Amino acid sequence: MKNVFQILLLGFVFARAVSAADLNIEITQGIDNPIPIAIVPFTWEGANAIGEDIAEVVSADLQQVGEFRALGRANMLSMPDEAAEVYFRDWRILAQDYLLIGKINHSPGSQLVQVQYEFFDVTREQKLVGEVLTGSVEELRDIAHEISNVVYEQVTGNRGAFSTEILYVSAEFISPDLTYYRIEKADYDGHRSQILVESQEPLMSPAWSPDGRQIAYLSFETDLPRIYIQEIGTGERRQITNFPGINSSPVWSPDGTKLAMVLSKDGSPDIYVMDLMSNQLTRLTDHPRVDTEPSWTADSSSVVFTSDRTGQPQIYMVPVAGGPGGFAERLTFDCFYCAKGRFLPDGKNLVHVRRETREDNSYGIAVFNMDSQRVITLTDTSLDESPSVAPNGSMIMFATKVNGRGILDAVSIDGRVKFRLPSAQGDVREPSWSPFLN
Amino acid sequence: MGTHSMKVFKSMILALSILGLAACSSTGDEEAAAQTADTSGIDATTAAAQRAEAERLAREREAQQRIEQAALNTKVFYFDFDVSEFMASDRDVLAIHGRNMAANSGTRVRLEGHADERGTREYNLALGERRANSIRDYLVVNGASLSQIETVSYGEERPADQGQTEASYRLNRRVEIK
Repeated sequence: MKNVFQILLLGFVFARAVSAADLNIEITQGIDNPIPIAIVPFTWEGANAIGEDIAEVVSADLQQVGEFRALGRANMLSMPDEAAEVYFRDWRILAQDYLLIGKINHSPGSQLVQVQYEFFDVTREQKLVGEVLTGSVEELRDIAHEISNVVYEQVTGNRGAFSTEILYVSAEFISPDLTYYRIEKADYDGHRSQILVESQEPLMSPAWSPDGRQIAYLSFETDLPRIYIQEIGTGERRQITNFPGINSSPVWSPDGTKLAMVLSKDGSPDIYVMDLMSNQLTRLTDHPRVDTEPSWTADSSSVVFTSDRTGQPQIYMVPVAGGPGGFAERLTFDCFYCAKGRFLPDGKNLVHVRRETREDNSYGIAVFNMDSQRVITLTDTSLDESPSVAPNGSMIMFATKVNGRGILDAVSIDGRVKFRLPSAQGDVREPSWSPFLN
Repeated sequence: MGTHSMKVFKSMILALSILGLAACSSTGDEEAAAQTADTSGIDATTAAAQRAEAERLAREREAQQRIEQAALNTKVFYFDFDVSEFMASDRDVLAIHGRNMAANSGTRVRLEGHADERGTREYNLALGERRANSIRDYLVVNGASLSQIETVSYGEERPADQGQTEASYRLNRRVEIK
């Protein structure tokens, strides 16, 4: 029932938005020994061809995160669509560990369809889960992602993030005097993209509200950088800051009550927190150098930020309750340029943009473990920025440049798996991974 | 001996060099006057000398105006990597902008600061503001009023050049006076 409701809600949103050119996913690096899984094409009992190949979507989901390898359809010895037709021997011969089957029917007495799926452990000859999901034909892709979530969680024990979405900025350069800037939203895999905001002046820093219903961003539409909040469903928007100087980097607190931001109204960029109920501003930092790029700790008690108070950008953390006199603790030391820090959901690993030395001239995405003090650099491109973490902490999406074009890349937090979301036209950048939406 | 006599010595050098300068600049005029004197009477000589002097001043004024106009036409100032202070070589040009704003209180300018694409976007937004502020402060030192100046930073969002080479980056680290 929960699924039906959510899926209907999604359908409503899609109907309102302008569609955009999708990003096309490419897997650029996988792990050496992925788990073999057979995903049999789902049968459809309707008269006309159906728009979405659920088995194909689930295969793509599971392979993108790197832990799985799906069996090619041509190699299947049988194509069961329900438990009674499953012969485990067929799948053991093919060295498959898991098996997913299913079928799609008209839902009796309505326009909706029912998707019945069953998931098996081949080695144990055991059915792990079986379920019927209901939705419209347009929502089959959502249902497929939901099935991916179940399979992923059954096998890895971790919650899947296949029903999540991303925000990003696209820039289409027309001439030196005209560039179209857009904030777009798409499924995490780049499909079903749609334009939420379009302007001929720069747009920056899209951020999700924790309930996934609103976005905050920076727009130069008044010729000055100002912060806006927009309702995704209705498109309704309001300007929420108009202070002199920079107004930038809006980020919702995980509890949804506050918005951290950067204002330079008092001379230099400092970190502020706005209470969204009272609109009251609290200043968190007061330093003549640059303080910027706030992000929240999971408990909403502290804000991580970038400051060049020692001359070069480094990452600091300050408690929200402390006010402007609060002690800012420095978190990074052994890098020439460490910026845009944000904690993984574990609260121990700090994702950031890192340039090791003045000489190396390369900006990569790295993870700094606060306990072990070890740093792992995850990327090998050189203009990486804007890391954003999937809500299950499994992957980091970031922006980089390849052959002069801005693209979105994703990498698993252990660096083993990579996929890429290049844009068909123009530059894409500043990805922001949604919270769990299901 | 000591500081006092040292000071006297210094000011004597200064005085001598000023005299020297004066001597130099008068030499040309005397020659010009002498040449005129060969072909005309005394009064004509004086008149010609005055005329020559007026022409010389006009030429100097024109030259000065040309320099100032060129300075005022210079509207883009470039910055070194990761540096927010404008280049020392731009000081004279910016001083002329500042004095011009002081003399024309109706003038309003917008200083647009930019960064190259390396590093994070939001830090670059701050860097662009700092660059614009560095120029704003120098205009104010030279007589412009804060109320005549608006600053805005575009960070790396509006590159002047789309390339990824150092030459492109150099063109992108800039403040534009608009």
